[in-house]
Amino acid sequence: MTDIGFVRSELVTARPAPVRTTGAIAWAQKNLFATPLDTVLTILGLLFLAWIIPPLYGFFFGNAVGPNGTVEQCRMENAGACWAYIAAEMEFFIYGFYDIPEQWRPNIVFALGAILLVPLLIPKAPFKRTNAVLFIVVYPILSYFLLAGGVFGLKVIPTEKWGGLLVTLIISVIGITLSFPLGVILALGRQSQLPIIKTVCVGFIELIRAVPLITILFMASIMLPLFMPQGMTVDKFLRAIVGVTLFTSAYMAEVVRGGLQAIPRGQYEAASALGLGYWKRMWFIILPQALKHVIPGIVNNFISLFKDTSLVYIVGMKDLLEAVKTKNDTALEWQSANTATTGYIFAAMVFWVFCFGMSRYSMYMERRLNTGYKR
Amino acid sequence: MSQVSETTVEREIDTSQMQVSKTEVAIDVVNMHKWYGDFHVLRDINLRVMKGERIVIAGPSGSGKSTLIRCINRLEEHQEGQIIVNGTELTADLKRIDEVRREVGMVFQHFNLFPHLTILQNLTLAPIWVRGIPKAEAEATAMHYLERVKIPEQANKFPGQLSGGQQQRVAIARSLCMQPRIMLFDEPTSALDPEMVKEVLEVMISLAEEGMTMICVTHEMGFARQVANRVIFMDQGQIIEQNEPEEFFSNPQHERTKLFLSQILH
Repeated sequence: MTDIGFVRSELVTARPAPVRTTGAIAWAQKNLFATPLDTVLTILGLLFLAWIIPPLYGFFFGNAVGPNGTVEQCRMENAGACWAYIAAEMEFFIYGFYDIPEQWRPNIVFALGAILLVPLLIPKAPFKRTNAVLFIVVYPILSYFLLAGGVFGLKVIPTEKWGGLLVTLIISVIGITLSFPLGVILALGRQSQLPIIKTVCVGFIELIRAVPLITILFMASIMLPLFMPQGMTVDKFLRAIVGVTLFTSAYMAEVVRGGLQAIPRGQYEAASALGLGYWKRMWFIILPQALKHVIPGIVNNFISLFKDTSLVYIVGMKDLLEAVKTKNDTALEWQSANTATTGYIFAAMVFWVFCFGMSRYSMYMERRLNTGYKR
Repeated sequence: MSQVSETTVEREIDTSQMQVSKTEVAIDVVNMHKWYGDFHVLRDINLRVMKGERIVIAGPSGSGKSTLIRCINRLEEHQEGQIIVNGTELTADLKRIDEVRREVGMVFQHFNLFPHLTILQNLTLAPIWVRGIPKAEAEATAMHYLERVKIPEQANKFPGQLSGGQQQRVAIARSLCMQPRIMLFDEPTSALDPEMVKEVLEVMISLAEEGMTMICVTHEMGFARQVANRVIFMDQGQIIEQNEPEEFFSNPQHERTKLFLSQILH
């Protein structure tokens, strides 16, 4: 028997895996110079970096005018980015035309938002339910009265004066917190077996998705008032928020629907067989799994919404980007070759910081929710 | 028919509590028909299950066995006839359906545990949210049933970390936590490795010993012999033969039954 097959007579004990070749040289050999083609590509890449980095460094740092610089420095030949202009305009970029002595009010709103949002995003932080209620219910009401005024002797500041980052953040935070649940409900409605609910949801989603956001904002601000009864007006700001929210919720609904479809029928059946009714089934069993599958898509929508807020300029609102574009007195005073460019770079950096933050947080959540999955 | 097996649990079955009620009807199916589109899957099914009965449904694949037991807790809708479970007739009335489902446990071929919840959460979810039992009490019950299926140490793991046999035992415990009056088993061992079939059958037999009313769609003929008091044979959506296991296996009446048995029993 022994010559037709190998049979081990005693069991082999497990050994540690062989040591990998480590060290900088080994790494470079493996990743940079493995083949002749790799070597050529590495050299080309290094040449490209050598070509692009010095001028960029010069513009952003080397020749740039620091925050304490003067307009004359910005106007010099070879001057780089004019950070001094950003420093001078900072208030306008953040608050728009919001009355300067009243700027402590948006500051409180910003601070409160951060204080409530950060613990909400940290999974281990306690009092989640209280925290969520404070953030979703109490905070918006408080913020509205604080920003708009008219109560407790606060000066009334009409929404036309709000601007800059304040507007961008208000629209996106409200848009995100409302469009997400609305999207989930639309997705569930689209899967409903009740024909009226299904038709309404499908109609809404298909209509909104087939129209550009600009059109929706335009209709909301110009055409809606035509259909309103005489004398009745809805704030322009509110209309923009509703427009952005509805627009995103239609996209959100389709993303969530993708997640719902990924859930095997057995999960619905097991939940039903235990006697869980529709809403409990969805809340405890289906949605937690479905939403986990589509976190990347959901965050994609949040990021688009955040960037799309810059389209509210169409209806005459001054969001961050519009504030950067506005030629107010300070902007005219600081006019130079690079002023406008620096403004746009600043806006881009602010948008990037927020969007990148959302992206990283979503990746963290994905890893966290990945509980010993498989079946 | 390769999945049919004759696994038996080598021990005497304690029949002291296996009493079939003569008067109390658990499930009554009367002249029931079901169609999938134009396809007539279940044809004129009549089945009365008394409290404490242990019924095994056998038959070739596609004969409507699973569909029949799925109709009993309305995972499938029937179009004609009546299904009365614990005195409640199943109709489109959602409230009644949930009422029936609360009292009828179901175990699936593919376990269908909730992958995002721990074993303990899988077991306590329905008692807490359907029965309104306080969390601590639901957890105590859950641990009791986990001990019964012999895996209390897995309580805080996720389903994905358990073997198939362990998952199926958790699924049985999950149903038991609702303290159902009837248990339905839909091919509970078909997706398991042969080594794990026995541990699941052991749990099912011990349930039978306690007098649970059970309907099992299964290919485990050993189980049928050991605990069933009636074997039902289905073909083409109809019940074509039913008998006590002894008679059913030794003296089948219908030609189709004979063919089926000759193919699976060697």
